Amino acid sequence: MSEQESVTNAVDSDKAMDIEQVVTDAIQYAKKKGADHVEISARNDKGYSVSARLGDIETLEHHNQRALGVTVYRGKAKGSADSNDIRPSAIEDIIDAALSMASFTAEDEAAGLADVELMAMNYPELDLDRPWELEPDQALKIAMQCEETARADERIVNSEGASVSTIRSQSIYANSHDFLGHYASTRHSISCSVVAADEKGMQRDYWYSVARDADALDAVETIGLKARERTLRRLNARSLSTREVPVLFEPNIARSILGHFFSAINGAALYRDASFLTDDLGQNIFPDWLSISENPHIKTALASSPFDAEGVRTQARDIVSDGVLQGYILSSYSARKLNMTTTGNSGGVHNIRLPESQYTQDDLIKQMGSGVLLTELIGNGVNPVTGDYSRGAAGFWVENGEIQYPVQEITIAGNLKEMFQRIVAIGNDVDTCGGIHCGSMLMDQMTIAGSAE
Amino acid sequence: MESIDIARAQLLSPTGLVDEDLNKALSTILGGAIDTADLYFQSQVREAWSLDDGIVKDASYSRQRGVGVRAIAGEKTGFAYSDDIEMSALLESSRAARSIAKASNSIIAPPQHIQTGHDLYVQDSPFDTLNEHQKMDLLRQADEIARQADPRVKQVMVSLVGMHEVILIARSDGLLAADVRPLVRFNISVIAEQNGRREQGSMGGGGRFDYHQFIRENSVEAFAKEAVRQALVNLEAKDAPAGKMTVVLGPGWPGVLLHEAVGHGLEGDFNRKETSAFSGRIGEHVASAGVTVVDDGTLKNRRGSLNLDDEGTPTQCTTLIEDGVLRGYMQDRLNAQLSGTVSTGNGRRESYAHLPMPRMTNTYMLAGEQAPEDIIASVDHGFYAVNFGGGQVDITSGKFVFSASEAYMIENGKITYPVKGATLIGDGPDVLTRVSMIGNDLQLDSGIGTCGKEGQSVPVGVGQPTLKVDGITVGGTQA
Repeated sequence: MSEQESVTNAVDSDKAMDIEQVVTDAIQYAKKKGADHVEISARNDKGYSVSARLGDIETLEHHNQRALGVTVYRGKAKGSADSNDIRPSAIEDIIDAALSMASFTAEDEAAGLADVELMAMNYPELDLDRPWELEPDQALKIAMQCEETARADERIVNSEGASVSTIRSQSIYANSHDFLGHYASTRHSISCSVVAADEKGMQRDYWYSVARDADALDAVETIGLKARERTLRRLNARSLSTREVPVLFEPNIARSILGHFFSAINGAALYRDASFLTDDLGQNIFPDWLSISENPHIKTALASSPFDAEGVRTQARDIVSDGVLQGYILSSYSARKLNMTTTGNSGGVHNIRLPESQYTQDDLIKQMGSGVLLTELIGNGVNPVTGDYSRGAAGFWVENGEIQYPVQEITIAGNLKEMFQRIVAIGNDVDTCGGIHCGSMLMDQMTIAGSAE
Repeated sequence: MESIDIARAQLLSPTGLVDEDLNKALSTILGGAIDTADLYFQSQVREAWSLDDGIVKDASYSRQRGVGVRAIAGEKTGFAYSDDIEMSALLESSRAARSIAKASNSIIAPPQHIQTGHDLYVQDSPFDTLNEHQKMDLLRQADEIARQADPRVKQVMVSLVGMHEVILIARSDGLLAADVRPLVRFNISVIAEQNGRREQGSMGGGGRFDYHQFIRENSVEAFAKEAVRQALVNLEAKDAPAGKMTVVLGPGWPGVLLHEAVGHGLEGDFNRKETSAFSGRIGEHVASAGVTVVDDGTLKNRRGSLNLDDEGTPTQCTTLIEDGVLRGYMQDRLNAQLSGTVSTGNGRRESYAHLPMPRMTNTYMLAGEQAPEDIIASVDHGFYAVNFGGGQVDITSGKFVFSASEAYMIENGKITYPVKGATLIGDGPDVLTRVSMIGNDLQLDSGIGTCGKEGQSVPVGVGQPTLKVDGITVGGTQA
């Protein structure tokens, strides 16, 4: 790979610089054309990803994606439109389209911008912009090194490759409350996936690291080594017979259990009674040793945000204290539907943390005694209305606190409301690759189904 | 009007581009190690209407356009895209894409010829066929029918989505191709409540046709009643069983089994790289006698159909499994060439900002000879699943799942009572060898499928007749 181009060009830089003016003009235009209120969000993601496979470059993809969305309100009726064209004439066209939509939609008492006093007028600087001065050929070397480490075992017979990606995003949100917020953020990642084989067949697994600052990424060798070890340990997996046993979720999937909790306490599900946790505010949802907090202002963290998708100031809070549900996940719309106040979660949750733990994953395996250490979940068999849960899984059979053999082609099933109460311990092996920071999670019982006799 | 003329008018003319400019851009990419290159121009308009709490409260309109440039050198691919369709952006993306290989003297791309595709759907914008009041009436009609169907219905959500897409492909071998693609989708979900218990049901449909078809075929009423029926059945459902058992799958959408169990594993990229559990198994028995599975992109008006794929290759009906024997893979141009074969018209991409790869179109199993009621009557103790959510597969180990959303127990040849949804898990290369009865009732799904692969979503179809499978693991809670 030679003749490396600088893909930035003057036209793009100019566009980035006057985006504030473009957005301000657009709000004026919408009001002139009859909008009572208007909000605009725009984003530009720029960067590249390089992947290497079997020791050579496989793909080099340059990214430069723009999006601009507008929502207008005529009284309490709403219309939205978006486009990837940010020329003023194109923006005027989509504002006209949004206004046209809003002339047909029904008046909705709960519709509108978030209240003016909630706007994050002085939003914090969260140090989310840490560009990685890395040329694609250097990125390729990292990817190749990562894959080489992962393949350094004769049982690793094939590879899906390793990739390095770096993206810098410019985000802007403005509305007719005179709020305008603008920040840049970066996201860098290294990932690797390899294939091992023995006489029983092939197995694949992967590992990755993602961070806003390249210095916070795991070492390349660590990622390659984990991809290798995670793949090799799955060789010769078998199914289990059907049984009820404790399970231990590894951190990267334990996070999904909490994700289901956040979906269930999301206002959009609650006001429709489309959740299994509709009347549970102030109730014990988790065991009393478990608390869950949210902190949107952690410097350089992946799910930090100075304001939410409606310009509302974000703030730290406890969502669960000593097992008791303290608050919901609300936008201004769902909050109004529930006669509550937005929690600054339009767009999602920010940096979720659980209590500190002294337990390593090994401690939890010992505590489990006999059960399944789960390392992968597949499928989406989760019913958000009833909490009924049934997913495909892979992992390891554990007996007397020791890993015995890898398992696959099993399902795990239960009901989320009961599963939350069955969490008996959390590990200190916290995974921060995502908005939910969570260690391994031990649950005292689930139903395992498998094909073994 | 020919698709190519519509594409030129919408994608090239606004900035004064002509066919020769595309050749000029391609010529800057070719040369040295670069074997082939292509340009993919796309413009997409999308609208969505949704009803919730009895009123049409959300409506959105979206317009995207851009051009993706791909340069290929052996197994290496360089890719860049721009949302400005004009010459300087095109040349800049071309330079970025070709940086995958060393620079050298460029060579001139050969003269262009136009590839025409099938004629499987209308060209007109699918959402201009109804005015805004008629669209909202459709949503409200579904809401009313669902609420009147049963007093236990507490919530109704309805959506109507239409998309109109124009694409133009220019390849370095001179091929120039275009397609104009409509896509519509109607969906209704309901929540019913009884004695404090709430359950949901949902139904929808669509395809490459216009909104008017929903009115012509009175589909909205059928969708609303079906969604209510499912929710009411689920209100009576008992806990699902856990363990390996005989499973009967209903016709139509349960064909998601085929999509996960064999479809993905037969995509050309995984097989060229030998990472699929099906790699190197052409000619082997991978299913019971009588099992024939095809991927057919040429079905008129279907959601998964295309006049030509996103690389300009006309779609076809590809036999994947014939009478139990593995016959072929689904290919795009890159993987076909590297595997010494030709594209099967399965090169698809989510948009101009994504690289194409082998993807399914409409994947289904041909009908057998058994009456569905005879299949159920043959089961002593089993699980009968008629509706599904989605599924997922690990193509390397071959393990796949798909999740039932409406199911029943079968006892002594009779359907007894409904059970809650559960995930079914199996092994792709093994599961079709356990098919012991094939129904005569082939159905395709109603036009609701979206397939995700490597972060890219594309619309697809599935289908199958009623099937009896001797032994799949059902992941319920009752051990």
